[in-house]
Amino acid sequence: MAKVLLEMKNITKTFPGVKALDNVNLKVEEGEIHALVGENGAGKSTLMNVLSGIYPYGTYEGDIIYNGEVCRFNQIKDSEEKGIVIIHQELALIPYMTIGENMFLGNERGHKYKLDWNETFGRAGELLKTVGLQETPQTLIKDIGVGKQQLVEIAKALAKNAKLLILDEPTASLNETDSRALLDLLLRFKKQGMTSIIISHKLNEISYVADKITVIRDGATIETLDKATDDISEARIIKGMVGRELSDRFPKREKHIGDINLEIKDWNVYHPLYSERKVVDGVSINARKGEVVGISGLMGAGRTELAMSVFGKSYGSNISGKVYINGEEVHLNSVQDAIRHKLAYVTEDRKGNGLILSNPIKINTTLANLDGVSRHSIIDKDKEYSVAVEYKEKLRTKCPTVEQNVGNLSGGNQQKVLLAKWMFADPDVLILDEPTRGIDVGAKYEIYCIINQLVSEGKTVIMISSELPEILGMCDRIYVMNEGRIVGELDGSEATQEIIMSHILKSSGKGA
Amino acid sequence: MNKTKTLDIVKKYTMILMLVLITAFFAWRTNGAILLPMNVSSLISQNAYVFILATGMLLCILTGGNIDLSVGSVVCFVGAIGAVLMVNKGMNMALAILIMLLIGIAIGAWQGFWIAFVRIPPFIVTLAGMLIFRGLSNVVLDGMTVSIQNCTTFVNLFGGGANCYIPDVLGNGGINITCMVVGIIATVIFIAAQIIGRINKKKKGYKLENPVGMIVKTILISAVILAFTVRLAQHKGIPSVLIWVMIVILVYSYITSNTTIGRYFYAVGGNEKATKLSGINTNNVYFLAYLNMGFLSALAGMVTIARLTSAQPTYGQNYEMDAIASCFIGGASAYGGIGTVPGVIVGAVLMGVINLGMSLMGVDQNMQKVVKGLVLLAAVIFDVVSKRGGKLIEKN
Repeated sequence: MAKVLLEMKNITKTFPGVKALDNVNLKVEEGEIHALVGENGAGKSTLMNVLSGIYPYGTYEGDIIYNGEVCRFNQIKDSEEKGIVIIHQELALIPYMTIGENMFLGNERGHKYKLDWNETFGRAGELLKTVGLQETPQTLIKDIGVGKQQLVEIAKALAKNAKLLILDEPTASLNETDSRALLDLLLRFKKQGMTSIIISHKLNEISYVADKITVIRDGATIETLDKATDDISEARIIKGMVGRELSDRFPKREKHIGDINLEIKDWNVYHPLYSERKVVDGVSINARKGEVVGISGLMGAGRTELAMSVFGKSYGSNISGKVYINGEEVHLNSVQDAIRHKLAYVTEDRKGNGLILSNPIKINTTLANLDGVSRHSIIDKDKEYSVAVEYKEKLRTKCPTVEQNVGNLSGGNQQKVLLAKWMFADPDVLILDEPTRGIDVGAKYEIYCIINQLVSEGKTVIMISSELPEILGMCDRIYVMNEGRIVGELDGSEATQEIIMSHILKSSGKGA
Repeated sequence: MNKTKTLDIVKKYTMILMLVLITAFFAWRTNGAILLPMNVSSLISQNAYVFILATGMLLCILTGGNIDLSVGSVVCFVGAIGAVLMVNKGMNMALAILIMLLIGIAIGAWQGFWIAFVRIPPFIVTLAGMLIFRGLSNVVLDGMTVSIQNCTTFVNLFGGGANCYIPDVLGNGGINITCMVVGIIATVIFIAAQIIGRINKKKKGYKLENPVGMIVKTILISAVILAFTVRLAQHKGIPSVLIWVMIVILVYSYITSNTTIGRYFYAVGGNEKATKLSGINTNNVYFLAYLNMGFLSALAGMVTIARLTSAQPTYGQNYEMDAIASCFIGGASAYGGIGTVPGVIVGAVLMGVINLGMSLMGVDQNMQKVVKGLVLLAAVIFDVVSKRGGKLIEKN
């Protein structure tokens, strides 16, 4: 048996209100490619952040044993010194610097006061050859494609004398050929003795490269499969990822489904910066009054982009397609138009796009509908206060007063304020984007109750979620989205996690 | 709970406490000279332009810590045009005032367009404006001083010359009765407004303020208004420029705290993306901030030439810095979204008191700058550190 290079023992990490990791164990042997799989939010990235020192020693419980010694990393530099290098999903390269400069950023060659450019570019050139890139190290990052940028990231890791390479979704933004090239590179490194941990959603890729697969679910390790002894087919991995019982974590509701309220036809959206990249491709969906419609898919499937582009074209460029509300075509060219047509989009990023954290609850509650508390543009502050209190009580937001700044609330309560804000705007159709992300189970249940109440009032809820159990537990109808397209439509009663996953996996890479 | 509450109150009124302490300090060091009627009166006349400009600057800063560097040059340019129109062209005063205000608004629109719709960074646009309008002032004035000493109505109206006080129609020499009457009326209106507001709240069943806190606050503010009135009455009465300053303060306090557009300024600075997604046109908000800054710069321009009874190409230098410093000392956040008009006025008064106090003490001009710089830095450090939960050093 080969030497164990890394062992993470009983790692537990809690964020305010959420236990992200619960006694996770991971054992990686020298010279293997170890895959980490699990649903979004299962805790894979958190685990890797603990390993690399982004969450410093002391903010988690448990031990990291690397190369036989217990490590206490306080920052990324500490783990990098030991040869543990993480390559994040989002590329961390600076566009207007050369490949060489990027590769040695924070790790500069030469003397502190006299950089050695010859060594920088010379060494960069060698490393570029190792990863199979033909570009000169003087090329600017912005001039090469994403696939090549990913390879530069790997070369950058090599420049730090990496012994353990961690790749977080390395192929998420790559096409088939580039992905294959990257995976082959990893296999070649393995032959030279490099150890890698790869996080990926693409199970076919994992079957291709991984020696061992550790499945994480809800912040806990479920199992580790060994290529040599176990069945590592996609079906087997999916079973590990989703194999959990659906209990009564979801409140029941009576169904009163009415006419079609919102219909979207042939919707196409292009990326706002890379205008040749299509992020939503010919999507047609509809939603009825009193219905909860789910949109399921992996991160990057284009769900948020679809929702935001419909919501007053607040995302994307070159948008085409038709939107019908109650059978009539409408043109939603701005957020104002969308709100006027009684549409609401509750963002997935409540801190970045949803709330003003430095402002009190009452101000956040009325922001999308200030006209509702003002006359001739003059705000009736007493009315505003009572509206905020009303919604606080209705949604059972836990806070001392509505004067409290939203930034001081827990995630679940922030989500409730965000919902209150859009409920006060009195929409007919609410698009909820990851409404329960990062909040604890109790608060989730309360959010589900609010959703049930909304549809019982005849409103339409479109729920975007990466959590399959939630989609299955809440939705009357489910659209499955992948790579910008709708790849399946299922009735809520007949859908299972396996069916949804296989819809996604079967469609992957086909149309690209 | 109680301890944090006291802390919150201290935090909320830090700058007022500082103002009281600093005033007390100068009163001690100048043997009370800083509290003499003449000095209280000149505190207002000298700093009128700061109050006006700082109010406008607050709106710019609210949108995200954006500043306007051009205000000093715009003040000078508008003043120069006004002086040339009234003196060299002999234009009617009302028409000249109208033209000055329109030019201010036009300059605001010009800068606002680039900032709001083309999204050129405000620092760059207003730095350019600072150069452009300084240069144009020179062109308009032909590099010379234009005296407006003979435009007496204009000068008196905007707080310059010897007769820039509201005439004492009720009194006959001695203490200024008109001033006292106005002060008492203002106090009564203030107290009545507090009481009526409370009764209305009660009637509609809204939550009421803590009565003790409210009474203490009302008494303190009334006392300050009255004490201030007495001081002014003992000098020459109400400086005419105080009227303009009060109008600006009251109108903008109301706009920022009670209207939807006021709310938008805070929202944009607090989180622009969230504001956009709430259906608010954020471009318009930026545009308005700079449009308004142009308008208030024009008003400040009139006040400036009136006080100095002339227009010169060098007027208004560093006025932008006085305005910016007042905002930050007065509790506006350098990241936007936080700050109030009363807070900014307290900041401006604080700066004014430091200026006046040091001048009375005979502190060297250059050292005065050093002290002001340190006060500004200290105020912003306090703001940033207290927001980080009291930690001085940002975690790396």
